[in-house]
Amino acid sequence: MSEQFNSQDGIEVRFRGGGFAPKSRRWVAPLLFVLLIALVEWGTRSGWISALTLPRPSDVLATFQELWSSGLLFKHLTPSLTRLLIGAAIGASVGVSVGILIGLSSYIRAGLVPLVAAIFPIPKIALLPLFVIWFGIDEGSKYALIAFGTFTPTVVATYGAVDNVDRSLIRMGQSFGLSWQSIVRKIVLPGAMPGILSGLRISLAIAIILLVAAEMLGAEYGIGAYILEAGSLYDLERLFAGVVILSLLGVVVSTIIGWIERRLLGWRV
Amino acid sequence: MDLRLDQITHAYGDTEVLRDISLEIPQGRIVCLVGPSGCGKSTLLRMIGGLERPTAGRVLQVGEPPKDSLNPLTYVFQDFALLPWRSVRGNISLVLEDHGIKGAAAERIIDDVLARTKLSDFTKALPKQLSGGMKQRVAIARALAVNPSVMLMDEPLSALDSQTRELLMDDLVALWTRQPFTAVYVTHNLAEAVRLGHAIVVLSRRPGRIREVVTIDKPLAERGYGDRDLEEVQKHLWTLMRDEARAADEELLDV
Repeated sequence: MSEQFNSQDGIEVRFRGGGFAPKSRRWVAPLLFVLLIALVEWGTRSGWISALTLPRPSDVLATFQELWSSGLLFKHLTPSLTRLLIGAAIGASVGVSVGILIGLSSYIRAGLVPLVAAIFPIPKIALLPLFVIWFGIDEGSKYALIAFGTFTPTVVATYGAVDNVDRSLIRMGQSFGLSWQSIVRKIVLPGAMPGILSGLRISLAIAIILLVAAEMLGAEYGIGAYILEAGSLYDLERLFAGVVILSLLGVVVSTIIGWIERRLLGWRV
Repeated sequence: MDLRLDQITHAYGDTEVLRDISLEIPQGRIVCLVGPSGCGKSTLLRMIGGLERPTAGRVLQVGEPPKDSLNPLTYVFQDFALLPWRSVRGNISLVLEDHGIKGAAAERIIDDVLARTKLSDFTKALPKQLSGGMKQRVAIARALAVNPSVMLMDEPLSALDSQTRELLMDDLVALWTRQPFTAVYVTHNLAEAVRLGHAIVVLSRRPGRIREVVTIDKPLAERGYGDRDLEEVQKHLWTLMRDEARAADEELLDV
């Protein structure tokens, strides 16, 4: 009797459409971070992580506080930030301009795309001695290294972004008789902006990596110099304090770009 | 200003898409181009507005375009082609800026065309906030803003659902009745053609040639949804096109 009732009632269709849709879970990242730090702290205190393997997080924090209170932090941070800012600004602006030219002109594309492909995989760090000869041992070579390193990924991202601008919008501009400059400024540039900004995320991370490399030669102050000195003395606390500063720098840069994206790209669906 | 197509022939490589098209587009009339898919009707429209060059033949402007026309040959596209980063107002001012029209003069034109297309309440909206029908209204407003002497409409209603299409057709008729404009209207929808066309040019399948030009004398404003006489015309158009459409459908694409 009950079986008959069941078959009349019907079996509920099983839901099978879940997953594969990322949702925002803000608390996960901080939680994971705190857990990892706590694990290391506990491990170093209880002794199953030796002092040679990892520094104690609380000691790193203490070193950091010392850096802060002695004023040494800004003595290192200011020259580093200046180098990063100037180098990345030169590299990114030249990169965006060249990328747009490649995107717009068949001749420039034919000439420069193979050249950029040839330059891209060269480890820029390997060229540091050369840059020292070309641009001098002080700031010049550091700017050049960072600029050169950010230039190539920016170019590739930018001309890819220009290629992806909706051609029908460009046709529309032409059909209304807009000038070449207007089409580039009002249609191509804004249309390429999403690609350019996501390219900048990568370029600026590379700029931070190269900052440390640039400070390997002839830098008295700077985060890179600080880390290298700590490394050669095997002072793990200071090494990690420096690494944490670089990570924070990366997070700050990424946040700034995210903020720019929200401001400029609110039109995206 | 009239338009005259003079023996237009076009080929992509070895594939001939249009053959010997000669046509008059008189001022103040809407000429519909219909034909099976791939017959080159959109290509022909791009040639009329100078976005593509025919292999042979010419498109001629007969007579002067009106003095206040900023862009005599103006398109309305199937995919709307609105800049997604500009508001409704910004999209219209885009086509005025290059003619040096800014400030109060631009405001006056924009307000006028937005009122004519019933968009006055949506000036600040971004395209992503608008429905398909609204987007096409904005595109029509943008076309009206440059005061065209010929509107070149490339399947303007094809991306819309059928209810919206009916509404926009009424709007187009109202716009034309208030101020008759010249238009070349490409469509594959025969119902649109008989509602909006003073003359309907039927093209054959590739290579496209003119098979017949059907004229409808009934005034646009008196035409309605499902009118008997219009259905007769539509039936006639369909018999002209049916075999061509089937043959075109069965053709292998080699592009």
